[in-house]
Amino acid sequence: MSAMVIEYGLYVGILVLLAMPLGVYIGKVMNGERVFLSLVITPIERLIYRFLKVSATAQSSWKQYAKDAIALSACGFVVLFLIQISQNILPVNPENKEAVSWDLALNTAISFITNTNWQAYSGEATMSYFTQALGLTVQNFISAGMGIAVLFVIIRGLSHRKDKDQGLGNFWVDMTRIHLYILLPLSLVIACLLVSQGVVQTFQASTSGALIEPFAVDGDGEVIANGSILDDRVTVNSDVVEEATIIKEQLIPLGPAASQIAIKQLGTNGGGFFGVNSAHPFENPTSVSNFIQMLSILLIPVALVFTFGRNIRDKKQGYAIFASMFILLILFLSASAINEHLATPQLEQDGAVLTAVTLDQSGGNMEGKEARFGIVSSVVWSVFTTAASNGSVNSMLDSYTPLGGMIPMILIQLGEVIFGGVGSGLYGMIGFIIVTVFIAGLMVGRTPEYLGKKISPFEMKMAVLICLATPISILASSGFAALIPSVHYSLNNGGAHGFSEFLYAFTSAGGNNGSAFAGFSADTTFLNITLGVTMLLARYLPMIAILAIAGSMVEKKKVAVSSGTLSTSSPLFIFMVILIVILMGALSFLPALALGPIAEFLSM
Amino acid sequence: MKSEHTMEKRIMAIAIVDAVKKLHPKVQKENPVMLLVYISAILVTGLYVISYFGLKDAPSGYTLFISIVLWFTVLFANFAEAIAEGRGKAQADSLRSSKKQVNANKIPSIEKANEIQVIPSTRLKKGDLVIVRAGEMIPLDGEVIEGVASVDESAITGESAPVIRESGGDRSAVTGSTSVISDHIIIRVTSEPGKGFLDQMIAMVEGANRQKTPNEKALEIFLVALTLVFILVTMSLYTYTHFIAADQGINNPVSVTTMVALLVCLAPTTIGALLSAIGIAGMSRLNRVNVLAMSGRAIEAAGDVDILMLDKTGTITFGNRQADDFIPVDGVQSYELAEAAQLSSLADETPEGRSIVILAKTKHQIRTEHIDTSKINFIPFSAKTRMSGVSMEGIEIRKGAAEAIKAYVVKNVGTFSRECGEVVEKIANKGGTPLVVAKGNQVLGVIYLKDIVKEGVKEKFADLRKMGVKTIMITGDNPKTAAAIAAEAGVDDFLAEATPEAKLELIREYQQKGHLVAMTGDGTNDAPALAQADVAVAMNTGTQAAKEAGNMVDLDSSPTKLIHIVQIGKQLLMTRGSLTTFSMANDLAKYFAIVPALFLGLYPQLSVLNIMGLHSPETAVLSAIIFNALVIIFLIPLALKGVKYREVSSQRLLSSNLFVYGLGGIVTPFICIKVIDIILSSIWY
Repeated sequence: MSAMVIEYGLYVGILVLLAMPLGVYIGKVMNGERVFLSLVITPIERLIYRFLKVSATAQSSWKQYAKDAIALSACGFVVLFLIQISQNILPVNPENKEAVSWDLALNTAISFITNTNWQAYSGEATMSYFTQALGLTVQNFISAGMGIAVLFVIIRGLSHRKDKDQGLGNFWVDMTRIHLYILLPLSLVIACLLVSQGVVQTFQASTSGALIEPFAVDGDGEVIANGSILDDRVTVNSDVVEEATIIKEQLIPLGPAASQIAIKQLGTNGGGFFGVNSAHPFENPTSVSNFIQMLSILLIPVALVFTFGRNIRDKKQGYAIFASMFILLILFLSASAINEHLATPQLEQDGAVLTAVTLDQSGGNMEGKEARFGIVSSVVWSVFTTAASNGSVNSMLDSYTPLGGMIPMILIQLGEVIFGGVGSGLYGMIGFIIVTVFIAGLMVGRTPEYLGKKISPFEMKMAVLICLATPISILASSGFAALIPSVHYSLNNGGAHGFSEFLYAFTSAGGNNGSAFAGFSADTTFLNITLGVTMLLARYLPMIAILAIAGSMVEKKKVAVSSGTLSTSSPLFIFMVILIVILMGALSFLPALALGPIAEFLSM
Repeated sequence: MKSEHTMEKRIMAIAIVDAVKKLHPKVQKENPVMLLVYISAILVTGLYVISYFGLKDAPSGYTLFISIVLWFTVLFANFAEAIAEGRGKAQADSLRSSKKQVNANKIPSIEKANEIQVIPSTRLKKGDLVIVRAGEMIPLDGEVIEGVASVDESAITGESAPVIRESGGDRSAVTGSTSVISDHIIIRVTSEPGKGFLDQMIAMVEGANRQKTPNEKALEIFLVALTLVFILVTMSLYTYTHFIAADQGINNPVSVTTMVALLVCLAPTTIGALLSAIGIAGMSRLNRVNVLAMSGRAIEAAGDVDILMLDKTGTITFGNRQADDFIPVDGVQSYELAEAAQLSSLADETPEGRSIVILAKTKHQIRTEHIDTSKINFIPFSAKTRMSGVSMEGIEIRKGAAEAIKAYVVKNVGTFSRECGEVVEKIANKGGTPLVVAKGNQVLGVIYLKDIVKEGVKEKFADLRKMGVKTIMITGDNPKTAAAIAAEAGVDDFLAEATPEAKLELIREYQQKGHLVAMTGDGTNDAPALAQADVAVAMNTGTQAAKEAGNMVDLDSSPTKLIHIVQIGKQLLMTRGSLTTFSMANDLAKYFAIVPALFLGLYPQLSVLNIMGLHSPETAVLSAIIFNALVIIFLIPLALKGVKYREVSSQRLLSSNLFVYGLGGIVTPFICIKVIDIILSSIWY
């Protein structure tokens, strides 16, 4: 028991220890200060600026910034869409993969430019190496970089003053710096580490290996469960099955995986190279690779919180945000862990599984979890991946206990502001902080301000848009889909569990998470389009809103601090932020959760 | 007392009628949250009507009951607004009654004051000259250009004591519908008929052109957004249940009526219903302390003010110096000095002079009744000699500023000792005013005149400091005197030898550093500073220019009013914030009441969530929605009075308000809904 607690503690502790110095590094990079990589990278950086015809000190308005970001996204979308539907004629396709259907290509393109990485396909079965490496991986970088870039606009908006000739920065300069100094070097390191653990990285076509234990399928491709194989003949209860096929070999998929996986985790993308994501032995072979990937999920989001405090020149504000996020993370991690370790009585029925912890038995709910990772690493991963808008998985959420599986769902529904996606998590949290400041400010009799800047109706409008974009996207799309009869066929389970699967799919898209609960077949034209539109709204509405806030904040002068000013770094305020985040989520999703996981739990 | 009671009753009666009148869609669309309830009420009523045609959504008795509760919810919200307006309207009515049409004595010019042309005041134009004599009413707002008169302004201020109005200086502005009691004055009209101060005041208190303030707008945006989410929550919930019911092969057990009830319960109706009442009540609280705000925005800004510029005189000190001590020098007896000082002040009718006489009486029991004043030749104070005193039977007693007395004794071949110089210096350093007394060529000693700081101001300023409001004393005194008084009164800073330019400069300086500054002013030369300040309170006695530059007018012309105004501003915002928190916190209990009731048909196991043990799904929904309506009525007094205001740090204020309205908002509905459910179930079954 204590060993497990220590394991949880270590994961979280090491994460924070690594994130703090990284936060300072990112802060320096984005301010254009010298860092240890400057010597090597600065010449390249200059070259890029010359090519892009921008100056390193260029400033643009928030509208220009938004236009640039959306233009880049739009280009990314078109390129990615075209690559997919023409991958059969493009090079580096040793497996001769067919072109992707238009609706799946559309869904996937939206999914990757929005940093959602929802996958209605299995990578090894659908995408060519060319698509994976030059289509999907590129968007992994760009979408992550864009999130970070937008965060810095609001940081500047809050700390800069236009009347002092300070601006919001320039999109192209920010993107260049983020990629050259942060994402590329970090990805390179992580990719090499992953390769050392056995993650594949090759352009060689898939190969095959002999099965130790061959099995048989019938004419419809269904496995013959109790068939026995003798001399190429399949018998069931000594009756020969005529149309049976014996499977003796297994396909071993390969590909340039490590390079994509590094950025998939670092950039909170989460789209797996292989269908089962990081549960796949070639995507995540060992406990060491698991540890590296798990840390990578939250590394940059946590670091950015410290960067925030540093770059607004008030470290306490950064610590306060960190505290509120951290407390929430621990709260949800504990809730999920307790449920998974306790498992459910149903698992023990007829002595099927031992859920008690013994010396040689991990106990708890191991269903759907990889034996090489165990419960602790699986639970930490699933909480990290949904706290961040990552969405990669190393265990199957569908097999979690009702409440253990509800936690990842709630984490997404809260808006992924508990560290959240790179950049987007923190700027989402700023939306919540503005709402909190507004209510708390009124309660102490002042018109509200954050970091000395007054909050006017305009900022309020944008802040509620940020806070409510997630619930609105999820509720509207799932509510609409519930009316469509064909959606029933996507369900693999009935009852409350089936509803959880359905709700999770829309939660994942509406929260730009991309993880799947599994058990829900999402590759239908209707779902591809509905989920696609949901992802677009959930990503770009808050992004434009936060840019607008930055644009209006930078114009404002700072109000002086007095003892009548509401402190935004006090424990009380941290408590209130936590309260508002939970309250907004609870008010929006409590009835829906009651129909899914809660109803399922109560029927246990 | 009785009249107030009957007035309350009258306001109540009018408000009930107004509440029904406000059901007009035009009024309803002003308040988006209540508009939702309004539409819901219409919808459910519609459902009830069509139930007669066989289209039953839910048992028709249930639908009818829900629709009635929804209509009452709307009426309660209307009532809250109407009653808040009621007070203002009553005030406006009494103001209007004092606004009579009068005849004005128009004259062509000051020189031709006899050529009076009598016309109705409505035909006067800006710039016209009128003469107003004792017993007549001033027809319109104007400026006295000749004469001095005492004017009864009780119609506006409620203060029965007449005030002096005279040409030139800072007391030249007169207000229409006030009356001249003595003498006569010539006035230049400064406003068009119907646009005078009184008209503005009537419009203000009535809330006729009340506009939503930025802060109110921001809150409304938040509330509308919440409402939108709840619309989506209930709509998606309906489709979810449809989905699940189809999956289970049964009919959707959830009725539209119940969904609408859930929506209204969840929407922030409590704050939505009270929002405009809170705003109006804030304005009328301000009116009740006799301050007239030109906009609601100014009141909110008052809550944000963190620098108060206060005039020393009247606010911090009593406004006149009083004798505090007699300090003899050069071996003179204290008694002797007191006697001479008293003698010299006998005819001095200034407050300072009187205080010297009183001090001599109380300190040395020197009586003055036996003195034959006929033999005494009093020499009044003049700006040239800077001395006053008496001459009698060859004795000359003089008192005055140190410099003047020094010149006087030296001229009479006496000496002004170093000891005396030191005493004078000491008093000046303490912030007092030294008055040196000399008899012939001998200096007797010094009278210590002290600026008396009002009782309790130090504590008041300390409280303000806790709230983060800094006080700055503005005075014409020299820096030394100012520093001493500032220290005694406990202000944070002071501006000595203040000129209008210095004031303006100081305000700018603070604003540059991000502060919000409030000040009071009356003179025309205050106008630029008033215009620059974030909250500017002009004295009603002040000039027209000052009134126009300010964003509030203090009818009492009381310098301490600024502190009240800040309190009212803060209280207004606090009430809004606290009720919003309360409204949102209520939703938790409502979920626990309605969700189990809603899904009982789909998942019976969810009845575990019925932690309140409500009787049946119907009573659960009804209890929640009845609570939702009643809470509006119960909170009206709080909305009108404002939440309790205390001068503590923001941190403590937040934690206590969060405790009362946050935690209270969670607990209260659990208890109330349970109680309503018990009552309902005992009636129902």
